[in-house]
Amino acid sequence: MVLEVPDRRMSPEARRRAKWWFVNAVVVVYALLPVLWIVSLSFKTKETITDGRLLPREWTLENYRAIFGTSDFVRALVNSVGIALISTTIAVVLGTMAAYAIARLDFPGKRALVGVSLLIAMFPQVSLVSPLFEMERGLGLFDTWPGLILPYITFALPLAIYTLSAFFREIPWELEKAAKMDGATPAQAFLKVIAPLAAPGVFTTAILVFIFCWNDFLFALSLTSTERSRTVPAAMSFFSGSSQFEDPTGTTCAAAVVISVPIIVFVLFFQRRIVAGLTSGAVKG
Amino acid sequence: MSATAPPAMANEATKRPGRRALSEGKRAERRLGWLLCAPAAIVMVAVTGWPILYSVWLSLQRYDLRFPNQREFVGLANYATVLTNSYWWQAFGVTSLITVLSVVIELVLGMALALVMHWAFVGRGLVRTVTLVPYGIVTVVAAFSWRYAWSQDVGYLARLFSPEGAPLTERASALAIIVLAEVWKTTPFMALLLMAGLALVPSELLRAAAMDGASAWQRFTKVIVPVMRPAILVALLFRTLDAFRIFDNVFVLTAGSQGTSSVSMLTFNNLIRGLNLGIGATMSVLIFLAVAAIAFVFVKVFGTAAPGSEKEGRR
Repeated sequence: MVLEVPDRRMSPEARRRAKWWFVNAVVVVYALLPVLWIVSLSFKTKETITDGRLLPREWTLENYRAIFGTSDFVRALVNSVGIALISTTIAVVLGTMAAYAIARLDFPGKRALVGVSLLIAMFPQVSLVSPLFEMERGLGLFDTWPGLILPYITFALPLAIYTLSAFFREIPWELEKAAKMDGATPAQAFLKVIAPLAAPGVFTTAILVFIFCWNDFLFALSLTSTERSRTVPAAMSFFSGSSQFEDPTGTTCAAAVVISVPIIVFVLFFQRRIVAGLTSGAVKG
Repeated sequence: MSATAPPAMANEATKRPGRRALSEGKRAERRLGWLLCAPAAIVMVAVTGWPILYSVWLSLQRYDLRFPNQREFVGLANYATVLTNSYWWQAFGVTSLITVLSVVIELVLGMALALVMHWAFVGRGLVRTVTLVPYGIVTVVAAFSWRYAWSQDVGYLARLFSPEGAPLTERASALAIIVLAEVWKTTPFMALLLMAGLALVPSELLRAAAMDGASAWQRFTKVIVPVMRPAILVALLFRTLDAFRIFDNVFVLTAGSQGTSSVSMLTFNNLIRGLNLGIGATMSVLIFLAVAAIAFVFVKVFGTAAPGSEKEGRR
């Protein structure tokens, strides 16, 4: 509004300020509109869900009650949390070890490892779906937690290794040398000196890896067949109303909100770290 | 070379204790390096390298899970089937179109967003925070939001822009919505990568250019873009490869109907819905080759440096 009718009395400083607020408002609307829409749908009643209004006329928790009342969703939520947490833990532990070696140690084969992880970061996931589908059926891993955890770790590792080695490069060398001079072995220097310093970077990486696992849809859809290991994104695509005459829009949106809330909270709390992690690694899973 | 060194060292050990300690430290370092990297390397190679080879092997067979008895080696017949199939080429065209459109739009929007985040005069923290929301939202969730926004009976955008029609059931508008969903979700990532590059532009250079009378646009094209070239190329490389494997948005928004299937979607349909492993594996291999070709073009033609690669080489 301020922009449309520039006030003559406004100083250039104030006008500049107003211009920036306008730009900011555009960005905020851009980023939040789809989120607002799905939240709004999830609170609409069955009767008003098709009214096309941006905000609900009547608010209801019915959709949330409905999804938490079914084993479909609750089970999928347990799967999602469990699989993402286990994958994140393993990927971060393995990634930390490899990233430490890459950032600090000199050994042949280092560049090959970096090259391989870069290749995997760019790998089309769908190319793995056919062989993994067949192999996992043979190994009895199809439709199990490990069946999803394995590909998640694999695609999370490049992200973890890149982000972590960037963080590790910032850690002062001298401390490690000092520890070694005091008689610590390289392994002790790693555990006692570098690991505590590296903790913030490791934590940031864990968030990025968790978001990656939480987000996956293709593997979750292809490598599962029952609620035993189906995660929420996959389960959502199978939602149908409790009867065939019932539209699943409200419940789908409620499920969508439930799995988005933890990530948004994470992102808001740790935004500085996440930005640092994303830009230093420059790799998206 | 390292295998022959230790005995010689051991002989000289009594004469030169200093050197021996050093080389032992060096060897311990190597061993530790290998030890620390081994688990990550083994997992990555076991879960990608081996399946890719297996995929090639599967692609040379007629193998349909509905008729497992007819499994046999057919050479390149599957490739001939896929490469002469109009659906494959349609999906390939659609995927390429989505990739080019969304990456170009993202580059423009992402650059604008990066400039805002970098130079915002007020509310910079706010902008940076909300920018991360699309990144954090699960792709499927965002896709559902767009689907309900554009579906005929529910959506606010459908009412606003096409009160009569059903945009998701017409090819052109459905493709536009897929691109919109893809752009919304990944522009923040692009912007963050570009912002990192923007931080490398020396402010003295910009001030000097401004003093020489360069307009804002000239400063942008003549100073900022050339300095940011490597960052831009890396961002483009990642996003192009990422966009080429688009699946989630297509699956939720149209499920590939009305000729909006991407190659990933088509592969999924042949494999999981059609249970045709031979054809599915063939498409997997072809997508892999396409992605490798894109990466090759970026690295060789544009000289994109993979992030970290130079740094790794130096140490």
